[in-house]
Amino acid sequence: MARTGKTTPLDDSSALLEAQIPALRRYAYALAREHETADDLVQDCLEKALSRWHLRRRDGDLRAWLFTILRNRYIDFLRGRRRRGATVQLEDAPPQPVHASQERHVEIGDVLGALDQLPEEQRSVILLVGIEDFSYEEAAKVLNVPLGTVMSRLSRARQKLRQVLEAGRPCLLWRVK
Amino acid sequence: MTTPIMPIGEDDLQAHVDGRLDPVRLAAVESYLADHPEVAARVELERKQREMLRTQLAQKFAEPIPPRLRIASLRAARHAGGRRWLLRIAAGVALFVIGVGAGQFLHIPLKPATMADMSVANEAMIAYRTYVVEVAHPVEVGAQNEQHLVRWLSKRLGRQLVAPKLAAFGYHLMGGRLLPGMDGGVAAQLMYEDAAGKRLTIYICSGDDGQTAFQFDRDGSVSTFSWLDQGFGFAVSAALDHDRLLQVAQSVYQNLDVAEPALASGKGG
Repeated sequence: MARTGKTTPLDDSSALLEAQIPALRRYAYALAREHETADDLVQDCLEKALSRWHLRRRDGDLRAWLFTILRNRYIDFLRGRRRRGATVQLEDAPPQPVHASQERHVEIGDVLGALDQLPEEQRSVILLVGIEDFSYEEAAKVLNVPLGTVMSRLSRARQKLRQVLEAGRPCLLWRVK
Repeated sequence: MTTPIMPIGEDDLQAHVDGRLDPVRLAAVESYLADHPEVAARVELERKQREMLRTQLAQKFAEPIPPRLRIASLRAARHAGGRRWLLRIAAGVALFVIGVGAGQFLHIPLKPATMADMSVANEAMIAYRTYVVEVAHPVEVGAQNEQHLVRWLSKRLGRQLVAPKLAAFGYHLMGGRLLPGMDGGVAAQLMYEDAAGKRLTIYICSGDDGQTAFQFDRDGSVSTFSWLDQGFGFAVSAALDHDRLLQVAQSVYQNLDVAEPALASGKGG
């Protein structure tokens, strides 16, 4: 994009950041699987990005930078949840919000539900590459691993996802309360 | 045909799933897959699952951005947050000065948030997380027995309780339960629900003497406002943002305030 001399730094950050919000929300939701939590994570991510805007490398990849922040926020969130013990796990099974789209897809294979069975590393690589269309190199940057690791992790993740889906509907396990 | 080709690797197969092979490599991979139907079936399955996942998540991507994520509002909150923080420091300094200077002349020993009300918030959030997800038994005594519920909890806590009316915020009382409190005391939880089934809890426990300002805590999606007042700790928890929860907490505070300070019958009934 052409940078005009008139654009103030503030306008600049608003437009650039907001353009990324739909994708950030999608990634956060696919990870957290709860709408409010996902938006909390996105909000944290954006707040952090704003406070560090001046530290951002001008030539750096904004999208990769934001997704890295968001993923780290989610990992922090997971750690916090683990510390608080098992009761919180139930929160993952939302009492009422069974989303219409999910319901529809359960019959033909709820891939999103199956994805929940995978460790975060594998979920993230599938989402970044397969959904967010990050190049393998960009995904390596966000995940902070070498390119070769991205390729092998992606392969293992898709294999695991296939197995989960073949094994039946794991989401039924946590639908039953 | 005659050009030697690199053997097909797993990375080629993944790139095929992602549709990222250049035409030359694509041709090589496709001819490999034609000879290996089992691998071809697996690659096709992975490609399909990738598409299904994209479809499932397309709706989330298309959703309008909630106002709270607008950069303008985040920036405004940041500035307000900065000011609040300064005010809080200023208030802390003022309290300290008043405390040192005026001592017992103040009837209410106001003090800044301490560990005590942090643990009230913590206990309240644990109780929230434990019971809000309950489908079968969210409460011990239901709202249909509100009088009994309030009398019982008041007696056990040693404080006249009321179940604040939160209809103005769309919440109705579901009921409540008795919980073990801190330091061997007891605690009570009142649970509310709105029309969408979203729940909110009020947590009350015996706590330190004194009075504190509202304290805000957030843990994941759960926000809590807590405060200490006349030997009791109070907390309001819900999956709401700061501003909306603050309105409810203020209303709860005012509602509970009309109650008499303590019951003559005391604790332990």
